[in-house]
Amino acid sequence: MEPTLNRPLRRSFVKGLLGTTSFWMASGNASWTAALAAEAAHPYQPIFFDAMEYRFVEAASERLFPADNNGPGAKALGVAEFIDRQMQTPYARGENWYMSGPFQQGPANLGYQLPFVPRDLYRKGIAGVEHYTRQHYGKGFADLPPAQQDEILTALEGGSVQLGEVPGRVFFEQLRTNTLEGAFADPLYGGNRGLGGWIMLGFPGARADFMDWVNQEGAPYPLAPVSISGETA
Amino acid sequence: MGRTHVDAVIVGAGWAGSIMAKELTEAGLSVIMLERGPERMTPVEGAYPESIDELRGAVRKRLFQNLSQSTVTIRNTMDQTALPYRQLAAFLPGEGVGGAGLHWSGVHFRVAPEDLRLRSSVIERYGEKFIPEGMNLQDYGVTYAELEPFFDKAEKVFGTSGEAYKVQGKIVGNGNVFSPDRSDNFPLQAMKDTFSASIFRDAAKNAGYHPYALPAANASRQYTNIYGCQMGPCNFCGYCSGYDCYLYSKASPNVNILPALRQDPGFTLIPNAHVLRVDLDSTKTKATGVTYLDTETREETSLSADLVILGAFQFNNVHLMLVSGIGKPYDPVSNTGTVGRNFVYQTITSSRVWLPSSTYTNQFVGAGGAGVAIDDFNSMNFDHGPLGFVGGSPVWVNQAGVKPIAAAIGAGGGGTPRWGSAYKNALINTYKHSLGIDAHGSNMAYRDVYLDLDPTWKDVYGQPLLRMTFTWKDNDIRMNQYVVSRIEPIARAMGATKMNLVHLNAGQPFDTRNYQTTHLGGGAIMGDNPQTSALNRYLQSWDVSNVFVIGSNAFPQGMGYNPTGMVAALAYWAAHHIRTTYLKSPGPLVKA
Ligand SMILES: Cc1cc2nc3c(=O)[nH]c(=O)nc-3n(C[C@H](O)[C@H](O)[C@H](O)COP(=O)(O)OP(=O)(O)OC[C@H]3O[C@@H](n4cnc5c(N)ncnc54)[C@H](O)[C@@H]3O)c2cc1C
Ligand code: SF4
Repeated sequence: MEPTLNRPLRRSFVKGLLGTTSFWMASGNASWTAALAAEAAHPYQPIFFDAMEYRFVEAASERLFPADNNGPGAKALGVAEFIDRQMQTPYARGENWYMSGPFQQGPANLGYQLPFVPRDLYRKGIAGVEHYTRQHYGKGFADLPPAQQDEILTALEGGSVQLGEVPGRVFFEQLRTNTLEGAFADPLYGGNRGLGGWIMLGFPGARADFMDWVNQEGAPYPLAPVSISGETA
Repeated sequence: MGRTHVDAVIVGAGWAGSIMAKELTEAGLSVIMLERGPERMTPVEGAYPESIDELRGAVRKRLFQNLSQSTVTIRNTMDQTALPYRQLAAFLPGEGVGGAGLHWSGVHFRVAPEDLRLRSSVIERYGEKFIPEGMNLQDYGVTYAELEPFFDKAEKVFGTSGEAYKVQGKIVGNGNVFSPDRSDNFPLQAMKDTFSASIFRDAAKNAGYHPYALPAANASRQYTNIYGCQMGPCNFCGYCSGYDCYLYSKASPNVNILPALRQDPGFTLIPNAHVLRVDLDSTKTKATGVTYLDTETREETSLSADLVILGAFQFNNVHLMLVSGIGKPYDPVSNTGTVGRNFVYQTITSSRVWLPSSTYTNQFVGAGGAGVAIDDFNSMNFDHGPLGFVGGSPVWVNQAGVKPIAAAIGAGGGGTPRWGSAYKNALINTYKHSLGIDAHGSNMAYRDVYLDLDPTWKDVYGQPLLRMTFTWKDNDIRMNQYVVSRIEPIARAMGATKMNLVHLNAGQPFDTRNYQTTHLGGGAIMGDNPQTSALNRYLQSWDVSNVFVIGSNAFPQGMGYNPTGMVAALAYWAAHHIRTTYLKSPGPLVKA
């Protein structure tokens, strides 16, 4: 595998070859540079979230994906860092969603129809949950015991809570999806620290060569995972 | 300045467009192929290890259509307001050179011959009354025997791996007993069975069914195709569906056609060129060329061409016809017009089977086209009489490489937790010890399921979005339920400790939020009657004879098989008739 340092160089070569306005190439580029930069700095300083929001994301994602006998939870895996870094990508700005109006609501099965991109959903959603928990529990979400945090998450998932302009369920699904992404994406993006997510699942990561394991009569795959940068466990 | 003139202009650089471009340049025509998305080359974006990235790949959908530019609106019934498909989910159209052919899976079927004449076949066996009210059941107007040479050619271009059953009337192997005669074998031997597929094969055989290796456009060996393009052997890397193949093992226009085509001086490929419309003369019976927008400079250019080929994918082809005024738009109320008629999709439900915790299914191992299937409940291969529905489904284990983010997001639900420790435990168990079995079935056409232009929403170019009116109908729901019920004994014989059989439910509307397949079809169908089909049997517009419309838009029904093998064969079929007949005397190939 090529050493990490070569990558940005190769990226700019790619850019030259294909022209600079390809949306996809640009997005790959941005997240790659961000990844390299963030790896160097520790502990992670959130860029998108403020301190309160970041505590919320850490606490809530840990309840969704908790540390337990099976292995690390969201906190140890760096999920909050992952989400904060994702908030600086085109995805979080909704740049690959159709975001032209009018925005008209309809039956759930016709899909997402809100005028909010992921960055808005977090801003509004977290403020809404904090407001809700203070009203009902007298404290911020991160300061509540796990049982009460679970109660709140259950209420959001069940759809009984409206967070201002954002339905609680929509915010819950956004947070759940990004939490699981952070647990299992390549560590390049700040989550899945130490390949902890992949180890739990027995997923070999970027090996991508199973010629010898197409059919081994149900035996487990023997090698530990490797990441894109060559990190192994 | 006069417009640039070429012999043929092709819209879209996927399989349909690339095949047509190859054929027409071989015939000596000057050809420009316009692609709205960027240039894509495997040594660049497909390279290891960056392409082995689930987040950037299938999750953030790097290679798929960017909906911010253009999308569709969807509703279930005609009395609803259709709403924009704002986030990719139910289907994942391609964009960029290679189209969806760059990131498809590679299941490469021919066709069940009776699916080509489904209306006739159903009537012969069960009588006309068997066809439910409101179902627009139609024949293609072309037979398997006519298409056979073109299926054969496509397999030799794609480097398809498979096991034949019958070649030139002789039984030659362990292939699909329901499959029709072939003029030649597959170019490559079948892909190996994954462990999951192998136990499905044994269980299905023991249950009295007829398992066969899925025909796969994933190369089981190294291969050089008839254009001199080379493929390397697939290693079951598991980053297949939704990814380009870093090993050059999955057939794509980029690997199997374009390397040869790009060297032809008569061929020009222009990426980042979004075609806005086909230009027609004042009689609306002749195309004069196309107008496209350079998506980088935002400059509009009109090209003049003698022949216009639409290969922009099923619903984009219909959209271009509607905005250009080619043919008469379908009106479901008066049941007249053809463009937008018979919009179809595919029924697919994925069931899950858990094996004992000592058994590892290694679901990350897989290739997009590899697997084992049975056709005992597909097409007309079983008796529909007592069952009372039209259509069917192959059933298969097609372990294409399950990756962790997709597995985690999809886990839980249906009464089991979707987060927390219990969820995590179930996810790990499911990932390590389970496998999926799909019923991948047909979808019939209905009078009130169709495509037209949306009255409200527009794309960034100011054109109305295409509107889909689509939902599941009783016939297809009952078909799916029946086939899924047949999975249970197979799953038991596989040693299931638990199973979750998933089927469509009565009255269940189509849900745009869950991935189905990208096997959309119809909307500009082929046929032998200009009143009920937009295209004749050569995929030529009945109304504008120098426009050919290539793609799954031509299917009158959604079939149980994956569509691309059929799309490729239809492209070669149309190209053959353009080359041998049309070019000699341009005009309608069939008198209306
Ligand atoms: C994840 C995935 C897996 C799949 N797996 C299988 C499988 O295993 N087997 C199978 O048979 N099929 C499979 N399919 C479906 C298969 O990809 C399609 O059937 C096939 O690629 C269609 O080819 P096409 O050339 O008709 O369209 P496309 O490949 O979609 O190409 C059309 C091209 O036209 C371009 N275009 C559209 N509008 C315009 C415009 N206005 N101007 C200029 N260009 C335009 C598009 O950007 C695109 O590049 C899969 C699809 C997906 C998404
Ligand atoms: S599974 Fe095989 S064909 Fe598919 S991407 Fe990997 S190597 Fe290529």
